Amino acid sequence: MIELKSLTKRYGSFTAVDSINLSVPDGELFGFLGPNGAGKTTTLRMIAGILQPTAGSIHLAGIDLAEDPIAAKSRLGFIPDRPFIYEKLTGSEFLRFVAGLYGQDGDKVEHRARELMALFDLEEWGDELVESYSHGMRQKLIISSAFVHRPQVIVVDEPMVGLDPKAARILKDLFREYVRRGHTIMMSTHTLEVAETMCDRIAIIQHGKIRAVGTIQDLRAESTGGGGLEEIFLKLTGERAARDAMEVLDA
Amino acid sequence: MHDELPPSPGLFHLLSPKYLAARARPLGKTENKSGRLILFVLIGAIFWAFAFGLLYRLLKYFKGIPEIGALLAAKLLGLMFVSLFGILILSNVVTALSSFFLAKDLDLLVAAPVDWLRLYGAKLLETTGHSSWMVVLVATPVLTAYGITYEGGFLYPLIAAIAVIPFLVIPAAIGSAVTLLLVNIFPARRTRDILSVIAILAAAGVVLVFRLVRPERLARPEGFRSLVEFISVLRTPTSSMMPSEWAAQGIMSWLRDDPEVLPFYLLWSTAAAVVVFGALLHRWLYTRGFSKSQESGERWVRQGTFGRLVGRMLGPWGVMRRELVLKEMRLFFRDTTQWSQLILLTVLVVVYVFNIKFLPLRGEGITFFLANIIPFVNLILAGFVLASIAARFIFPGISLEGRTLWLLRSSPLEMRQLLWSKFWVGTVPLLSLALILVFATDVLLQVSSFMMAVSIFTITLMTFAIAGLALGFGALFPKFNTENAAQIPTSFGGLVLMMASVVLIGLVIVLEARPVYQFVGARMLHLDPEPLEMILGFGGATLICLAATFLPIRVAVQRMMELER
Repeated sequence: MIELKSLTKRYGSFTAVDSINLSVPDGELFGFLGPNGAGKTTTLRMIAGILQPTAGSIHLAGIDLAEDPIAAKSRLGFIPDRPFIYEKLTGSEFLRFVAGLYGQDGDKVEHRARELMALFDLEEWGDELVESYSHGMRQKLIISSAFVHRPQVIVVDEPMVGLDPKAARILKDLFREYVRRGHTIMMSTHTLEVAETMCDRIAIIQHGKIRAVGTIQDLRAESTGGGGLEEIFLKLTGERAARDAMEVLDA
Repeated sequence: MHDELPPSPGLFHLLSPKYLAARARPLGKTENKSGRLILFVLIGAIFWAFAFGLLYRLLKYFKGIPEIGALLAAKLLGLMFVSLFGILILSNVVTALSSFFLAKDLDLLVAAPVDWLRLYGAKLLETTGHSSWMVVLVATPVLTAYGITYEGGFLYPLIAAIAVIPFLVIPAAIGSAVTLLLVNIFPARRTRDILSVIAILAAAGVVLVFRLVRPERLARPEGFRSLVEFISVLRTPTSSMMPSEWAAQGIMSWLRDDPEVLPFYLLWSTAAAVVVFGALLHRWLYTRGFSKSQESGERWVRQGTFGRLVGRMLGPWGVMRRELVLKEMRLFFRDTTQWSQLILLTVLVVVYVFNIKFLPLRGEGITFFLANIIPFVNLILAGFVLASIAARFIFPGISLEGRTLWLLRSSPLEMRQLLWSKFWVGTVPLLSLALILVFATDVLLQVSSFMMAVSIFTITLMTFAIAGLALGFGALFPKFNTENAAQIPTSFGGLVLMMASVVLIGLVIVLEARPVYQFVGARMLHLDPEPLEMILGFGGATLICLAATFLPIRVAVQRMMELER
């Protein structure tokens, strides 16, 4: 379970995240949508304990992140949008290292790491240095690393970027099965189709504030006009949907 | 038919992002900016004052010696320029690899319609700036001391600049050309590795050659058969075909009130020639080399027996600590730019022990007193060796963690644990080396058991303190976005660390000097040494070292927790 209360992040006079209140219960896959610069990544990085909130609180699996960061983080798996990892470790060593950060080792970890790598077609690359991995392979390795220690909560920033269609499909199935087992996932994405088909509930954030939260049906009702998630998204965020392309190219 | 081509962007346009970035840096969001600036200015001022004061006194002394005084001063300047030239060539080779082949802006520049000459010019200027600023910083107090002692007059700074500018450009053009050739010759991807090994071997070569010249002979005129022979050695240029000699000659001729034009002419014409030659080489080879440097290779590694052994040994310390230590070791030994520096380290140690072995410790004029003081000086030198090793291996630790901080910050790992694991991984080998070094040299020097105890005690404390400082400054002045790990030690923070280490070593030695002096004196006169002096001296040194160990790590932990990446 993830609980955000009045979560705020300010950089000087700029407010990136403005008093967000959210609750994501166990067994839910929650989507976080918004235009570029809306505050999605800042929110997720605060939940992951990388950025310090200016105000407000974060609870992960019932534990206050500010009060007991170690206990809260030990229940979390984080997948960032930029796959930077140790270039001079092999894939298997990286997974072992991440499990070690969570105090886990032994045969069970080895087995799980092998299974995860096999799931993403990385098993043949396990003994190869990460520096020779492609962008997509790194992303798959990082996703595997978020699962290797069996966290209760997973926070994902743009999971589909760089993945091939097969890996994207595997990831969707993995996420669905994971929440079916009672865990929680909070995921930001720009791919509205992904959000629409995968997420139980969705929040739309703009200028650091939540514009709307609910199931697709709730959002449709709120945006008064129905349509798909794309129409709802554009209506709620007030973006000019189709600026005259000809006008722009001629400018 | 082709449309008319757009004009190629100018040299300064290509450099403008660097300038804008430099201008924006002080306006950035970094915290404790003023604190770090004050720290830098303070340590810098102490270092400058120290270097200037030392040289000024030495030059004053030289000036008082008739006939050979000026010759000695010229020789010293020549030696300084030779060393700087070696350092410059080396640092330019390493820097050129980054600026010409690895920098992040290259994709943009190479894809844009920028003509080859402007790209070369912009990148050469960038390389020169990056690799020379520290040399300029070190040379300034030295040249100032020369100017003041020999009354260079108000035109002296201009003359010094006219000598120094081509002196900096020549190694930059040579270094860039060498890098360009290497990138073209060696297989892709391995270039970086091979280059770092070559650079280190070259550095080792420079150190060894410098050692074989045995400049200390000049300080012992009695070693020469006659005064005439001594003067003739002094008159012989150290290396008449080297730009370093021309720079020293040009400056000294002005200071002797007998200005010569030839050295300046040689400097400027050589600089122009190497830049033209470098530009031509760039035109022929750059596109091919750049393309090669972008290709990636496949590399397989196996879990070594050593790794398994260390893993088993670290078992009782818990999974998290064991994995942290293993990770540090793997990253170090798999990164050629890192481990290859061990070659340089070995040469440094060999040269060091070699020097001690050949010290004239027996014979006329060498008193019991002197024989006991030399091991003390030995400590200072060993401290410098340790500081430079810590700057190479411990200081970059935090910077290298930059891109993976997201993982460490989002895991239940405490920053304290991360920093202490880095501290121990760095300190254990450093301490072993320090103890071997000091013990071996003390045995060679045949010191008393008192001096041996003092040496072992002091070097242990200093090793902890220097490692602490290296971690602290590494966290205070991180370089998270560097493309080349070899550049981290020569960054601004690395320089501050070296200066702080010099100050620390100086303080410890000053505090211990008095009780040691007193003890040795009392021993000689068969008196009892003063216990209060001992307690104050050694107690003070211990306190300073402990503070220098724990405080920087505390600051580093705080800083890492505040970092938002």
